[in-house]
Amino acid sequence: MNQAAEKPNATEPPASARFIENLKAFPNRLADTMFRTGRPQSDRTRATFVFGNVFLHLHSVRTHQWSLRWSTTWGLGIATASCFFILLLTGVLLMFYYKPYPEVAYLSIKDIHFVVPTGRFMRNIHRWSGNMMVVLVLLHMARAFYTAAYRAPREFNWLIGMALLVMTLGLSFTGYLLPWDQLAYWAITIGANIAQSPREVTDALGITEWFDVGGLQKLILLGSEDVGEEALIRFYLLHVMILPLAVVLLMAVHFWRIRKDGGMTRPADAEKRLGSRVDGVYPVFTAAPEKTYSLAAIVKGRTAAVGEGPEWTLPSMPHLMFAEAAVFMLTIALSVILALFLDAPLKEVANPAVPENPAKAPWYFLGLQELVAHSAFMGGIGIPSIVLIGLALIPYLDRETEGTGNWFGGPGGGPLVFRSVIVGLAAVVALEALVIRFGWLRQWWPATPQLVVTLLNPGTLLTVLYAWYSLWCLRRFDSTRAGALALFTCFVCGFIVLTVIGTYFRGPNWDFYWSPSQWPGH
Amino acid sequence: MTIEAKPTNGARSRLDPEAMPRRDFLGLTAWWSAAAALLFGFLGSMRLPKAAVLPSPSKKFKITLPASLASGQAYVPAGRSAAIYKEGMQVYAVSTICTHLGCIVKATDSGFDCPCHGSKFAKDGAVLKGPAPKGLPWIEVKHLGGDNFLIDEGKSVAAGTTVTV
Repeated sequence: MNQAAEKPNATEPPASARFIENLKAFPNRLADTMFRTGRPQSDRTRATFVFGNVFLHLHSVRTHQWSLRWSTTWGLGIATASCFFILLLTGVLLMFYYKPYPEVAYLSIKDIHFVVPTGRFMRNIHRWSGNMMVVLVLLHMARAFYTAAYRAPREFNWLIGMALLVMTLGLSFTGYLLPWDQLAYWAITIGANIAQSPREVTDALGITEWFDVGGLQKLILLGSEDVGEEALIRFYLLHVMILPLAVVLLMAVHFWRIRKDGGMTRPADAEKRLGSRVDGVYPVFTAAPEKTYSLAAIVKGRTAAVGEGPEWTLPSMPHLMFAEAAVFMLTIALSVILALFLDAPLKEVANPAVPENPAKAPWYFLGLQELVAHSAFMGGIGIPSIVLIGLALIPYLDRETEGTGNWFGGPGGGPLVFRSVIVGLAAVVALEALVIRFGWLRQWWPATPQLVVTLLNPGTLLTVLYAWYSLWCLRRFDSTRAGALALFTCFVCGFIVLTVIGTYFRGPNWDFYWSPSQWPGH
Repeated sequence: MTIEAKPTNGARSRLDPEAMPRRDFLGLTAWWSAAAALLFGFLGSMRLPKAAVLPSPSKKFKITLPASLASGQAYVPAGRSAAIYKEGMQVYAVSTICTHLGCIVKATDSGFDCPCHGSKFAKDGAVLKGPAPKGLPWIEVKHLGGDNFLIDEGKSVAAGTTVTV
């Protein structure tokens, strides 16, 4: 007799049939094992879909309806992160051909641009996502500020966000050198000398010999006295390794803290304003629990959710996931469209003997370059440091609660922001007009001591004006938040106007021109 | 469970603080020595990126002044950032690296113009206009005989230092 007949279950099909059966079932079973807990079809499996997945478990299982409104965040944070992922992917692709050595670097970018299949397209996407990431991270910060999302318990996450902003700018700046063309070389020469600019102050005080922090900064950045092979390899290392790693780490903390700090900020009356609940999504808890949870002793916040269920929340899968995917796709679409129509620039190979005229930094630094054209130290280090310190202090100085979660919330509100826009614009435009028309101290009194030129220039004057106006608002509304609204709005206006002037109205020798067509010929 | 307040042994002042328990002291010492070790380890490893020898190209070069060089006219050797002047029997050199942010200034009839942020300098390097914090430095010139000179961009000399031919 054969062995099959001896089996207890004689009706089982033969092995060959089972093999075919298993082969047919393979795609479904692969999906099941991949998602571990089955497909997200019930509330329970939707929850396990999120917390059982290593990539998704930074999300909470359920998301408040307020967080899902477009106007809560406009998806700016996710869009910023999307840009970063696009940059990682295209950056790795560019690394297949890029060689970080002077001249060779330029030729390899040329190859990528003109020879490598899809090279130009990838480089363009990389360039446009980089620019978009800078814009989006700034917009995201403005959103967090104007909805007062930095307030307790989110103070520290605001600081992490600021670190991410600085690193985003650092990534852009280090990437700027890599093509090794004229644009790159002179922008980085200027940047490195801004790092050296504390010498402007130490020289004026006569202490550079003993305390040369500026020289040290430049030396560490460039590994040499000039921008050369050492600088290129350092910038490359920062651009492809150190900064991306740091950004990934901080991004993980940033996202995790959003969840641990209670999700998106929402106003106290968010539930009332949402109106009706979404149909078909039922509260999970219908009865008040009868015992107090011992967890309440270690959970932060006013109370644990005793007697109320997560009624205003929806399962993150699909509601949040689909919204995030939509933002991601929009971001990709935008960078691809820009990349199709606008090429990343590549000028002549770097020439250390002949600077570009005008030599312009990346556009988001042109506001600073406008300030730097009066004092390297105040414009490049002093005022940016003051702005960063001010931003970092905001959540620790504004301990109020009025207006949290509302756009332009807080004493003064929208009208105050509107007035601040007018004041901010008027101050910066008037000051720039004065400087462009009549010059500044050095033209009036050529013998003005350097320390006076450093301390008393249009940039510092503008900062003082803005600070003074913000203090006035703080006292008038008797609220730190009002002062912060005024100051932040003024600085945004100043940044925009200076950037526009630096980008469009400065020509050779950093002279003012209404349009590039008026620039003198070479 | 209730926690008994520690006996206070009478009021102590700031000048007579409570003795720190031995274990607390050892614990804190351990933490702080670990932190100090990490800090010094970090600082020590940060010594590496600060180069001891700078890989800059040599800043010394020889030139032959053209006989046609007019008095007060700048001679800028190709690829070098120095302007050399011959006035009568006096020869001197001025650096053409802007003291503001390191752009290369252009020698004009009246002095030097910086293309980057609009600084203007007189022929002797003094600042006339713009953000430059100090004048262009004069650099060392050595006479090698005839019309030959050795210029060292790396060595600055006091303004007004000239070499007599």
